Amino acid sequence: MFGKLDWSAIPISQPIPLITSIVIILVMLGVLGVVTVKGWWPYLWREWITTVDHKRIGIMYGLLGVVMLVRGFADAIMMRTQQAAAIGEAQGYLPPEHYNQIFSAHGTIMIFFAAMPLVIGFMNFLVPLQLGVRDVAFPTLNSVSFWLTASGALLVNASLFLGEFARTGWLPYPPLSEATYSPGVGVDYYLWAIQISGIGTLMTGINFVTTVLKMRCPGMSYLRMPMFTWTAFASSLIIVAVFPILTATLAMLTLDRYVGWHYFTNTAGGNPMMFMNLIWAWGHPEVYILVLPAFGIFSEIFSTFSGKPLFGYRSMVAATLFICIVAMMTWLHHFFTMGAGAAVNTAFGISTSVIAVGTGVKIYNWIFTMYGGRVRLTVPMLWSLGFVFTFVIGGMTGVLLAVPPADFLVHNSMFLVAHFHNVIVGGVVFALFAGLEFWFPKAFGFRLHEGWGKAAFWCAFFGFWVTFTPLYIVGLMGMTRRLQHVVVSAWAPWLYISVVGIVILILGAIAQVIQLLVSIRDREKLRDLTGDPWDGRSLEWATPSPPPFFNFAVMPNVEGEEPYWGIKLRAVETQQLSPEPAYEPIEMPVNSPVGFYTAFFASVFGFAMIWYIWWLAILALVAAYAGFAWFAWRDVHEFEVPVEEVARVDRARRAAREVFLTQLSSQEVLP
Amino acid sequence: MICMRRFTASGPCWRTWLADDVNQRLISLSFLGRNVHGWDPFLAAMRSNTLGTPRKIVNYPAPRIASFKDGAMLSRTRLQLVVLAAAALGLSACQGGVLDPLGPVGADDATILIDATVIMLAIIVPTILLAFWMAWRYRASNTKAEYLPNWSYSGRIEAVVWSIPILTIMFIGGVIWIGSYKLDPFKPLPSSKPALEVQVVSLDWKWLFIYPREGIATVNQLVVPAGTPVHFSITSASVFNVFFVPRLGSMIYAMPGMVSQLNLKADRPAVMFGQSSHFSGDGFSDMQFQVRSVPDAEYVAWIQSAKSGGKVLDRAAYTQLARQSQNVKPYTYASADPNLFDAVAMQHVPPGPGPEPENPSHAGREVSTGGHD
Repeated sequence: MFGKLDWSAIPISQPIPLITSIVIILVMLGVLGVVTVKGWWPYLWREWITTVDHKRIGIMYGLLGVVMLVRGFADAIMMRTQQAAAIGEAQGYLPPEHYNQIFSAHGTIMIFFAAMPLVIGFMNFLVPLQLGVRDVAFPTLNSVSFWLTASGALLVNASLFLGEFARTGWLPYPPLSEATYSPGVGVDYYLWAIQISGIGTLMTGINFVTTVLKMRCPGMSYLRMPMFTWTAFASSLIIVAVFPILTATLAMLTLDRYVGWHYFTNTAGGNPMMFMNLIWAWGHPEVYILVLPAFGIFSEIFSTFSGKPLFGYRSMVAATLFICIVAMMTWLHHFFTMGAGAAVNTAFGISTSVIAVGTGVKIYNWIFTMYGGRVRLTVPMLWSLGFVFTFVIGGMTGVLLAVPPADFLVHNSMFLVAHFHNVIVGGVVFALFAGLEFWFPKAFGFRLHEGWGKAAFWCAFFGFWVTFTPLYIVGLMGMTRRLQHVVVSAWAPWLYISVVGIVILILGAIAQVIQLLVSIRDREKLRDLTGDPWDGRSLEWATPSPPPFFNFAVMPNVEGEEPYWGIKLRAVETQQLSPEPAYEPIEMPVNSPVGFYTAFFASVFGFAMIWYIWWLAILALVAAYAGFAWFAWRDVHEFEVPVEEVARVDRARRAAREVFLTQLSSQEVLP
Repeated sequence: MICMRRFTASGPCWRTWLADDVNQRLISLSFLGRNVHGWDPFLAAMRSNTLGTPRKIVNYPAPRIASFKDGAMLSRTRLQLVVLAAAALGLSACQGGVLDPLGPVGADDATILIDATVIMLAIIVPTILLAFWMAWRYRASNTKAEYLPNWSYSGRIEAVVWSIPILTIMFIGGVIWIGSYKLDPFKPLPSSKPALEVQVVSLDWKWLFIYPREGIATVNQLVVPAGTPVHFSITSASVFNVFFVPRLGSMIYAMPGMVSQLNLKADRPAVMFGQSSHFSGDGFSDMQFQVRSVPDAEYVAWIQSAKSGGKVLDRAAYTQLARQSQNVKPYTYASADPNLFDAVAMQHVPPGPGPEPENPSHAGREVSTGGHD
């Protein structure tokens, strides 16, 4: 009746997951209870759960990402402390069965449910605004994408309470992940969570490629798009190209496990090396999916806070597309030591190093953006300078690892772990925090507190280096990754220093939370009244903060690069706003519950497949399909915003801009 | 700097270089501080692109810590002491690992790693310093720096900016090409002595070493004669592992149904550790094995003493060994089936079984073949 599921699935004998699960369940019940008592359900359902507004979906992606980032960080704290506590004869506080789940969950959550949602959240919020349009190409599909991602996150978290998670690492290499060597439900939790959210991500990629190619405001040619949009576009191209590989590969592993086929088993003709190739043919482009929008964020920040256009815009576009293409040609560097031979290793070593050309060009172009500028060392700029330092060093260690003989010494060691954290934390995470500080006022209408933001940055910067420099060193001393206990006591001092670093990072996280709370408390003082708190240069700063749901009352007409900068300069020169446009009614897409509904049944389906509850799986699949069918036949797609409403909202915006204009002119902020 | 001759490797004493280099960079920092009469190299090069207003000469203040003024001597000495202490701590980390090689393969690998690092550092250190200098120089509060609000393109800078990474990567590409061929793990090592053959099987969760010519086998213990090249044939009984002895150099995958090859040599007698560098399950952390390189006479004696033991490695013993076990202490087999390795590699013996259900009396139980294999 319930497949494999019985009471033994609850981890009564393991205190950490048990207590964590109970706390999470209590918190969730508490939140749901508060929402019910206060009567917020209609509002939440109408405005957030069924929304197809890209801005709201972007914010929800952000919330999901932050919550999962906290869980992933908790896993990281446990990993560092366990290794420091388990040196020599000591065994620490996490037995191998548990520790192996923790590091697998840490990687899985950080990549799939923290970094991806956060990056996609930024893409969602910004790309239509920067393109001067009202929404993405497929708004309802956007909602489905988000809710499917949330469904995957839900399944991963369910593994805390029912059953176990994968014990194979964040990429489940066979033969270890095959049914023979991982007979439990752990790998199945992983497979279904990633498959479901992977479909969501692929849909996002399709959505954004279409949006950028087909939906830009009048006059916005490709070479007038802001840099963040270019990088979001390149990232979406990679998503479309490589996520099918992930889906197919995990599907093959699923067939091996469920039906007894032999794609990757070590007998009957299976070939585990094929899995390595396929999964990394997805896996390496994946990290470029994450880092390209991060580069885009930094491009926006460097130019805005230097008060100058980005240096070498066309070069940056070329470098972005170069990275986009070459990223898909380097995957073998993840297994130089699998013995492919000198010719193959050489080819991929060179292609991997070649990517450094694109990245190097970007770094230099950011540096020369600052040249001749008036650099304001605000919190986003601090994150950006911290990124330059951190990411460049991380990139260097990457090029070192791209040299096969060097890789033969440090493959899979802590040196590797330090390298990829160096580039992911220094590149992606720093970008996310910089972008958070930069675009928070646009999304929520008030700035974040500067002082706590600086404290959070410095803690993150020093915390990162104190945590990961020792890991580089122990890697060179021979320590491999994923060790539950450490036999070589010479590595101990470095692991202790690393724990000190984690403590600094914890302080940084606390500072970040305090910043948010203080900013909310002081939001009237930090209010962004004009919509342009940073003297921005791209179209999202032309809207009020937060923007109205239709973004622009009248779609802007773009005449050059940096469209908003041109508008602003002309306003200052002529001492007036452009004349009031002729307002027209605006057609906007209706909200739809299909995203939430589909994801709900996808979660049930995934859960049923994990526990072998076949009748429930079929029921859930039928229900999900029924939802799709109902949606496909709906009659009403759009509603019309009456012209009076459009005019009212836009006249309020124009009034605020009049005030802004007088401020600008009197302060002579602009040259 | 005293060359720390404790680690008498066959390569150059690069560790002194490392400490000297830190010193050198301190000195160059101070040069940057006492900027030569405020000459701005970029502005001079780009003069034709500016808006015409001549720049005032800026007396860039020297960083106090690196100045030679009397009052600042103490802080300079203190900084040097801290740097040297950190360098010493860092240098002590160099023992026992991949930067402390015991043989030619490890030494060549490490040389490439260090050389590539130096090349890259020569590029990225100036780049990072340039970034910080640029942000500092053109900070908004520095009203003396020129503001070029519309300057966003320069062909000359673009050419340089593309060239630096391209040239660096071309050089690294050469290192990659030559190094990959020279250090291909499958390539036999040139030597006057014939190579010792060792067959390696990774099991859950221990290592089996078969010496086919000597007719013995060991678990979690590898003894090799110093100065003799060793040719490893490596396979796995169950899941992927990686055979890695950090001080001997290159690592390679151990894969079921495949035979990888590795050629290594220990130049001198020593005691080292080896491990698996690919996560393989619950007992992975205990897959360390002791490696000893010993003089020839001691090696022969060790073989003799191994042959005098009692255990026999035949198919039955292997099947028992292949069952999952953790934290296995090293021991020896007095005789080993010479065809066993080939049988394992070609899967004429079944692969190692997966986890067996909890059972108080494991010994004597039927071996479970687990799921679908």
